Amino acid sequence: MVQETVPVVLHPFSKYLREDMMPHIWCQGCGNGVLVNAFVHALDELQTDLDKLVVVSGIGCIGRTAGYMNADSFHTTHGRALPFATGVKLANPELEVVVISGDGDLFAIGGNHFIHAARRNMGIKVLCANNLNYGMTGGQQGPTTPLESVTTTSPYGNIENPFNLVHLAAASGATYVARWTSLHVRRLTQSIKKMLQKEGFCFIEMLSPCPEIYGRYNKMRSGLEMMGWFKKASVVESFSDPSKADITADRIVVGEFVDISKLSYEKMLHEKISKINERAMEKVS
Amino acid sequence: MKTALTGAHFLNGDVACAEGAIAAGCRFFAGYPITPATEIAEHLSQRMPEFGGIYIQMEDEIASMAAVIGASYSGLKAMTATSGPGFSLMQENIGLAVMTEAPCVVVDVMRGGPSTGQPTLPGQQDVMQAKWGSHGDYGIIALSPCSVQEMFDLTVEAFNLSETYRVPTLLMGDEIVGHMWEKVVIPPPDKIVIVNRKKPNVPREKYLPFKPDENLVPPMACFGEGFRFHATGLTHNEHGYPRTSSSEVQSELVHRLVDKISKNADKIIRVEEVMLEDADIVVVAYGIVARAALSAIRKAREKGIKAGLLRLITLWPFPEEQVANAAKGAKGIVVPEMNCGQMVREVERAAKETPVAFLSKLGEDPHTPMEILEVIRRNK
Amino acid sequence: MQKFWRRLSIPEKMRHAPLDLEKVKPAKMEIHLIKDECKGCGYCIEYCPKKVLEESDEINARGVHPPRVVDESKCINCSFCSIVCPDFAIFVTEKKNKEEK
Repeated sequence: MVQETVPVVLHPFSKYLREDMMPHIWCQGCGNGVLVNAFVHALDELQTDLDKLVVVSGIGCIGRTAGYMNADSFHTTHGRALPFATGVKLANPELEVVVISGDGDLFAIGGNHFIHAARRNMGIKVLCANNLNYGMTGGQQGPTTPLESVTTTSPYGNIENPFNLVHLAAASGATYVARWTSLHVRRLTQSIKKMLQKEGFCFIEMLSPCPEIYGRYNKMRSGLEMMGWFKKASVVESFSDPSKADITADRIVVGEFVDISKLSYEKMLHEKISKINERAMEKVS
Repeated sequence: MKTALTGAHFLNGDVACAEGAIAAGCRFFAGYPITPATEIAEHLSQRMPEFGGIYIQMEDEIASMAAVIGASYSGLKAMTATSGPGFSLMQENIGLAVMTEAPCVVVDVMRGGPSTGQPTLPGQQDVMQAKWGSHGDYGIIALSPCSVQEMFDLTVEAFNLSETYRVPTLLMGDEIVGHMWEKVVIPPPDKIVIVNRKKPNVPREKYLPFKPDENLVPPMACFGEGFRFHATGLTHNEHGYPRTSSSEVQSELVHRLVDKISKNADKIIRVEEVMLEDADIVVVAYGIVARAALSAIRKAREKGIKAGLLRLITLWPFPEEQVANAAKGAKGIVVPEMNCGQMVREVERAAKETPVAFLSKLGEDPHTPMEILEVIRRNK
Repeated sequence: MQKFWRRLSIPEKMRHAPLDLEKVKPAKMEIHLIKDECKGCGYCIEYCPKKVLEESDEINARGVHPPRVVDESKCINCSFCSIVCPDFAIFVTEKKNKEEK
């Protein structure tokens, strides 16, 4: 009898994921998987030390990412990923702290924390999967839901103006701001690589298809249709005015919007602390 | 590094608390200004950097508590300080600290409530909230200082308890204890007992972040040590992975979080007993009110009434056994509180048959010794 | 531009190709499908620039049709399918050339 063995096909990036937590809970065509894939590709190209990576996520579908990454990770309460990450980064500035969260978590309940973390230029890297609604809880409207979109809490069409996330991030003081869609995977990967090598508060928004819920309510019933919208409407206008970077049915402005150098909070703080420490030592001796 | 404060000093309660934190090894403070706890933040903003520690003023109390948990998970001893309104805001994240078993200290310098209330006047209206404030079932430790010396000592003890039991420990002061000035005697650093969290002693691949030891507390790794573990506020198994559909996991986890404190209560609870051996009337008090109660029972003894004082140093877990023992020999219990009746409910429950008289007082002054003496006299 | 090349009498097939095309062989790619991970979103099929993939008839463990490789030799290793797959169900590796073995 010949013992047959079928070789187990292992994805080359499976070492970046917690195999005992896979497969993930995300739907068919969900952009969250694409974001994690691009992130993992960027980590691999940079050969990032996974022992020094901390992934923090909030509540939402994308919030499950922390559980799937093979690194120190934490899943906070809704909206509080950024202040938690602030505590982590300040306590140990050697750690690479990445917040991966959603549009509602970062900009509705977490909006206040976002603008202050950006204002302080905390060395935290933020990846936002913007799926234009609250997916995990069934598809309610959120701060980025486009006008007239149908959601479970705006059945007659959304009448709230959505946030322009890149404008908000740029105005709050982020040192790197970019927006891509889940179609622009290669440029997204390059942006993530850039972000991981930058100092200060960095923000990348990825427009993410939510075909099972948002798409279905808004006449884009499959991931392919939503990606089709991204393909048709996207224009790359890097370093254009972020306040004019709209997302509409006909026009999605993507690109890098801000790429500046600014001293990060934790660097400033630790420089000050060492100066104060030295002075205190002199006084004691 | 500047040296820690030692020797005899004349300090206010908030400053003593801040110095206690530093003596205990706290190297991270995130807070938001609120009367009457602002002085803790102001003092630490100056002292923390002298020790290489981190002070950050966050945008609100919710962010403060989240940052404290983050710093705790990165390996630092972390603390925040607030009063009633901020304490309410922090509840969700106190729940997160309980669920993820993050050691930290939260100081609540209580003031008149509810809502904005009387920011500059004392109260004891948050003591029940200390136990039940966050949603869900859990065990928590709360201490009640009655003097500036205790603001120092109990802060150190709060850190030690939080590190031992991996639970947020609350220091329930009040505006008077926080703002009054008294002599504090601080021992040299090598004489102060410091407890640090237990670290894992297994190789990285075998580490289970929420597998408890015999004392029901799991050893704690921190970020950056290569353990690559996950922690979540969702119901989780020993790996830290969410298990939101399993009744067994929920039952095991929540019961353990409650038992972690209740089964170790005998090691946690501290009370002060004054003249209880032959007492007919026992006054059960805590915080600033206990100072007046002490004076009251002494006056009562002068008048021939056998009164005694049971001062609660630990509010939660509630010292049931100590109250029950004191109640057994007594004819009556008097509970003076600066609220409308909170700890008195627990006292009644523990005292069983012994009648309990409650004396409420709200506003600027705590009960005077004469007021308590009057109630003692009426109930003997 | 075309007139310039014609004047130089360079053969047509060499005008838009690298000069050392005969010597350097482009790598052969191998497409790996982890079929039971696929959720059938169709992104890899739709966005492959060389249309190397199409939807198969078989049904995987998730009840959807995973992709199948139509012509592996056309793959140019752009790895778009690898990065865009939300389920880590497809990746591409370089086949070792017979001479290199």
